[in-house]
Amino acid sequence: MTVGLLFDATRCIGCGACASACKEQNKLPGPVEEETSAYTWTTVKPVGDIYSRRLCMHCLVPTCASVCPVGALHKTPEGPVVYDAEKCMGCRYCMMACPFDVPKYQWDRAVPIIGKCIMCTSRVKKGEPTACAAACPAEATIFGSRADLIREAKDRIRKNPTGYVDHIYGLTEAGGTSVLMLSNQPFEKLGLKTNLPSEPPAMRTWQVLSNIPDFVAVWGVFLYGVHWITARREVVSTHTPQQKGPNTTDDTHTGSRS
Amino acid sequence: MNTSVAQPVKRFHPGFWTTVFGLVFIPFCIVTVLRFYKGLGAVTHLSDKFPWGLWIGFDLLCGVGLAAGAFTLTAVVHLFNLKKFEPIVRPTILTGFLGYIFVITALMFDLGQPWRIWHAIVYWNPHSVMFEVAWCVMLYTTILAVEFAPVVLERFGFQTPVRIIHALITPLVIVGVLLSTLHQSSLGSLYLIVPSKLHPLWYSQLLPLFFFISAIGAGIGMVILESYLSKRAFGRQLEMDLLEPLARAMVVALGIYGLLRLQAIGRNHAFSAITDFTYEGRMFLVEFVLGVLLPVVMLSFRRLRTNPRWLVTGSFLAVLGFVVNRLNVSITGMEGAAGVRYVPSLAEIIISVGLVGFGMVAFALAVRYLKIFPEHPAVTEGGPEGS
Repeated sequence: MTVGLLFDATRCIGCGACASACKEQNKLPGPVEEETSAYTWTTVKPVGDIYSRRLCMHCLVPTCASVCPVGALHKTPEGPVVYDAEKCMGCRYCMMACPFDVPKYQWDRAVPIIGKCIMCTSRVKKGEPTACAAACPAEATIFGSRADLIREAKDRIRKNPTGYVDHIYGLTEAGGTSVLMLSNQPFEKLGLKTNLPSEPPAMRTWQVLSNIPDFVAVWGVFLYGVHWITARREVVSTHTPQQKGPNTTDDTHTGSRS
Repeated sequence: MNTSVAQPVKRFHPGFWTTVFGLVFIPFCIVTVLRFYKGLGAVTHLSDKFPWGLWIGFDLLCGVGLAAGAFTLTAVVHLFNLKKFEPIVRPTILTGFLGYIFVITALMFDLGQPWRIWHAIVYWNPHSVMFEVAWCVMLYTTILAVEFAPVVLERFGFQTPVRIIHALITPLVIVGVLLSTLHQSSLGSLYLIVPSKLHPLWYSQLLPLFFFISAIGAGIGMVILESYLSKRAFGRQLEMDLLEPLARAMVVALGIYGLLRLQAIGRNHAFSAITDFTYEGRMFLVEFVLGVLLPVVMLSFRRLRTNPRWLVTGSFLAVLGFVVNRLNVSITGMEGAAGVRYVPSLAEIIISVGLVGFGMVAFALAVRYLKIFPEHPAVTEGGPEGS
């Protein structure tokens, strides 16, 4: 069973308790910033008359984990996508690749690491809700199993069809995410990407990468074949009876292979 | 620099490029110190919205791409057995090797924690294109070093290792071509993961193929350009009989590449970006007209191809267009989704220019002290080099 979060923008009162709780739980320095950063893993921002919350979406097939050359990011069986700073060498491919622009970098440090929401993985492992969900006074962010959250979200839309956009953000985006969102405004107004494919982006690279062994075998044999043919042709041409005269010996390079 | 005075007396006058290099060197050192003491944010214009900049777009993507002449020519000479191209293999391998050293050095600046670069050897993630890129860089740099080693070894009279390398040249070249194919294409594959971010003028499932073919085209362009530059610098003859057929191969590579690109843009329904003359459309036109259309048209004419001036111009355009293409994929095409404009900082430019300068100095020194270029046909000094 994987867990997740459901954020309902129509319930959020914009108090920012989630962002403060996150700072405290993860011992992040500085005040809560306007935008997410390596030191602010979640934010709440007013958008018209509602509030938009940003945090890592914890994809079911995380793009960041698939692109990390050293496997510093991975999805735990419980659901959180976590980061091992000890492995990271700072190529920042995860930042480039993340369809939700979540991972952030410590640009101001000489020994920098990535910063991103890890869904309070230590709390989740103990069966506790995330710090943000526990701190929310309006139950705008709730914690639970992803299946239960989807059921709950569908329920809310069914009971109040005029009060919601008929879509659960995160159900299929980039292959589905553990964090789900509901809104009464179009999701792009909340600053969320709505042009994401429903197939995980990682599949596109895997289509290419999984073919490498076959490709190496075929291309390698082909190249050797070409060499074999051209070398053989040279041997044959030097043994043809027409070329008897010493004047045709090539002057600079004799190759001397055998 | 006091060289042996065998040649007619040449007074030392610091040329334009020597002066530029001298002027860049001091700021290069300052930026290097700042970058490692203050972090990436202090010297670059990189940000959370734009994590990859000039050092990836130019240093990594172009450095590898322009080194493609090495695998192309070793394949032509050793696998396709077109021995007449042998005289230009050495400078090409040297360019390739220096190009890869350039890339690795640039990575030392760009990686957040470059001292952990060895992690790629220890912690594996075969699902990552970056993992493939890392291994290709390591292995192909090794192959290039081995392929170039005879030039250094023969200088110091080590004959046995040279003979061993010569005996193994076929498998070496095959592995080198395999790794290059993988590496060139994998740089394109890096961008397969961002279908929602990279502009449809550049995004395509065929990106790996585009990167591979365009690298062959630009790699050949570099070979021609380099022959010309070393002709100017060292008063050598331009080997027109070799370069003209190479230019023909370049036309074919760029022609195929251009058609495939247009097809891909058609499939993405992105021609409107060009006809609407948007920012991306204009940058695409620069890349495509300069780097593909003009060189292909120009060098299709035998009369122009056999004229050194046109040949060099066409090759220069192809290389320039290649560089613009890589910058477009890595910067222009990503700006829209990022919502910000990225212009490299002066410090980023200084590092890139400085590294190119180091490469050129290394090339010049190698040409001076090693046997890189074939001897002039006229200056046959009865040397011991029989075979």
